[in-house]
Amino acid sequence: MVDDRLSIAGHEFKSRLWVGTGKYKDFAETKKAIDASGADVVTVAVRRVNITDRSKENLLDYLDPKKYTILPNTAGCYNVEDAVRYARLARAAGVSDLIKLEVLGDERTLFPDTAGLIEAAKILIKEGFIVLPYTNDDPIVAQKLVDIGCPVVMPLAAPIGSGLGIRNPYNLKIIMEMIKVPIIVDAGVGTASDAAFAMELGADAVLMNTAIAGAQNPIAMAEAMKYAVYAGRLAYKAGRIPRKLYATASSPIEGML
Amino acid sequence: MAEAIQIQVNGEQRSCRADATVGDLLRELAVKTERVAVELNLEILDRKDFDHRSLKPGDRVEILSFIGGGAEELRH
Repeated sequence: MVDDRLSIAGHEFKSRLWVGTGKYKDFAETKKAIDASGADVVTVAVRRVNITDRSKENLLDYLDPKKYTILPNTAGCYNVEDAVRYARLARAAGVSDLIKLEVLGDERTLFPDTAGLIEAAKILIKEGFIVLPYTNDDPIVAQKLVDIGCPVVMPLAAPIGSGLGIRNPYNLKIIMEMIKVPIIVDAGVGTASDAAFAMELGADAVLMNTAIAGAQNPIAMAEAMKYAVYAGRLAYKAGRIPRKLYATASSPIEGML
Repeated sequence: MAEAIQIQVNGEQRSCRADATVGDLLRELAVKTERVAVELNLEILDRKDFDHRSLKPGDRVEILSFIGGGAEELRH
């Protein structure tokens, strides 16, 4: 695959693995893991600056904005008002109109509040944001998000941070077939085979954080994910053989004694 | 000399000069203005206005920036 770029609303990405920057031991480890993953999109959260201890380093000092697209999120927002506020703050602090929009509906599952998501997305799109919505694996909601102007849809594979892998491959497949914009599987991946599976289904990219940051060796897992996403993408483009119940011999019978 | 006034910054009470601007406050706190967002009484300020917006007693200022976060966020 010489040129297999992912294009979203005029932004071009080389990597089909996108990574979050939370939960690492320190910024040095974050940077090493991101480098090993080959990701060129990294997500960040928006939070209060620590004004009492200014000696604390900033994550962005470690991430060259020329090398990575910084994708702010609205993580931790449980209603439309908060999500819109955080998105506006992210734009004021940042460099672009890109926002990964999360409107969460429940603290235990961190499942998205899809009604709130659509409402917040409408407001932000009207204000010129490029909204990348974190949503459920619901094809109808995915279509609605596209209808209101989202250039990409990001359905979950399983609850955030759960590592349960692809829980509903059939819904994800339906979303990939129905929806005419890129699909990024976001959240729930546990290990490399999950990432490969998502890509084999036809996902355009995979976004993950905990599967890498929470691994015993995050940097090695980041590299594993890079190859898994690449292999899954190649397999998807190559076209797999159909499943059959019985064997088909691969060696010829002819010439046998 | 200007008197001190009380304001709230990121939820904490703090005093500053009565004629201080948002830009002065950021310099006093040694906060680099690139990649921060400032909210003054819930209004998000344009970076170029930091030095033109003066602070009044009781003002609530929020200074935010980017931190590590991903497909998930640590719960508070």
